[in-house]
Amino acid sequence: MSVKGDVIIEVKNLEKHFHGGEIKALDGINTVIRKGEVVVIIGPSGSGKSTFLRSLNLLEIPTGGSILFEGEDITDPKCNINMHRRKMGMVFQHFNLFPNMTILKNLTIAPMKLCGKSREDAESKALELLRRVGLSDRADAYPSQLSGGQKQRVAIVRALAMEPDVMLFDEPTSALDPEMVGEVLDVMKELANEGMTMAVVTHEMAFAREVGTRVLFMADGHLIEEGTPQEIFDSPKSERLKDFLAKVL
Amino acid sequence: MSEWFEEVKAEFITNFIDGERWRFLADGLLNTLQITVVACLIGIAIGIVVAAVRSSWDKNHETMRPGIGRFFLGVANAICKVYLTVIRGTPVVVQLMIIYYIIFASSRNALGIAMLAFGINSGAYVAEIVRGGIMSIDVGQFEAGRSLGFNYVQTMRYVVVPQVFKNVLPTLANEFISLLKETSVAGYVAIQDLTKGGDIIRGATYSPFMPLIAVAIVYLVMVMFFTWLVGKLERRLRSSER
Repeated sequence: MSVKGDVIIEVKNLEKHFHGGEIKALDGINTVIRKGEVVVIIGPSGSGKSTFLRSLNLLEIPTGGSILFEGEDITDPKCNINMHRRKMGMVFQHFNLFPNMTILKNLTIAPMKLCGKSREDAESKALELLRRVGLSDRADAYPSQLSGGQKQRVAIVRALAMEPDVMLFDEPTSALDPEMVGEVLDVMKELANEGMTMAVVTHEMAFAREVGTRVLFMADGHLIEEGTPQEIFDSPKSERLKDFLAKVL
Repeated sequence: MSEWFEEVKAEFITNFIDGERWRFLADGLLNTLQITVVACLIGIAIGIVVAAVRSSWDKNHETMRPGIGRFFLGVANAICKVYLTVIRGTPVVVQLMIIYYIIFASSRNALGIAMLAFGINSGAYVAEIVRGGIMSIDVGQFEAGRSLGFNYVQTMRYVVVPQVFKNVLPTLANEFISLLKETSVAGYVAIQDLTKGGDIIRGATYSPFMPLIAVAIVYLVMVMFFTWLVGKLERRLRSSER
């Protein structure tokens, strides 16, 4: 078992080029994510931060470099990415709940089909998770009957139902009405406090400052600056970051 | 008035009662229904396979690593495209006659050949309906499935196909209705379907009105019944989503 501080994800010289290198969405990213860290990725739109996050579980296939997840190179074609994805929960901007299934079914289908859990086990675990995010009374509802904030909370616990080692959040509050952002961030905060390793792409600077243990600033496919929230927000070094912070803060 | 009524009655008796001619229609209807139902099942089977190949290729060929899998999918996709082009680009009667007189020239099982021919024809249309259904599913659904650890086939099976099925069921039912009417050309290869049955009566009695109108009414009633059924189905599918 890994202990706090162990490297969970190691990214080496990651590249994502389109049109034979004409467009460089990611151009040589190097970083590590350690157990228990909450890494927040910020940057202007088009900076490659979502592409970077989606590369971590290979939803985007990198065109160069490597990603080591728990010591194994998942960019190796011989690697079975499906096994590793079970350990990497993902939360999307647009929730992507399965609209034809009840909330309970959304949470139980993967544990039952992939981990061979019995229905009873999967359902009791799902109900416990729903209780944690205050939605146990909506277990039999369909996603279309939920508000945006409720959907995103369900999406978070759907990923948690697989008991992942790391959670990836791709702009989890960007599609929400302002009054629903708080309830989702609260769940994420709680998760961080429990020691979950997280990588979060977000525009919520207050969240980055308060919850993040490390902040990455990306622009034009490059990792421009990284550091603690204090370093990034209070004493930015690069002009690019100062410029960005001046616009968003 | 009563004279006219007597005339109609005599016509009716000549066309349907004498020599038990109504049996031409009854037997024909039975053949029509058999051909339609079996052809529909064949069409769905072909259509699902073709749609799976076509949409897998369309969705993945840009990101697939070169190799044997990509090669075979490419070949299968090309075959499917030729099939769709040929079947949708030629009249069903011509296809039926080619299959009956050329490909199965030595077999005289006309009913079986007609089922196959209409099935192959319908498969092309079903394939495009199902492919449209697959492509209409938001890419986020695939990504959600994959991110949980499902492989491509499992994502299709557990996440995508149930949604596709729900979306395309009404359209598929409409394809069944068109197929029912299209089988009326089965008479070209000596099958006595509903249309041919009416035509046989016309040939025997030299009175076209009654048998042909009767054939039209039988088709119309069946189509109206199935349309009603499809409407009911559609409402039920919609209500479960709310």
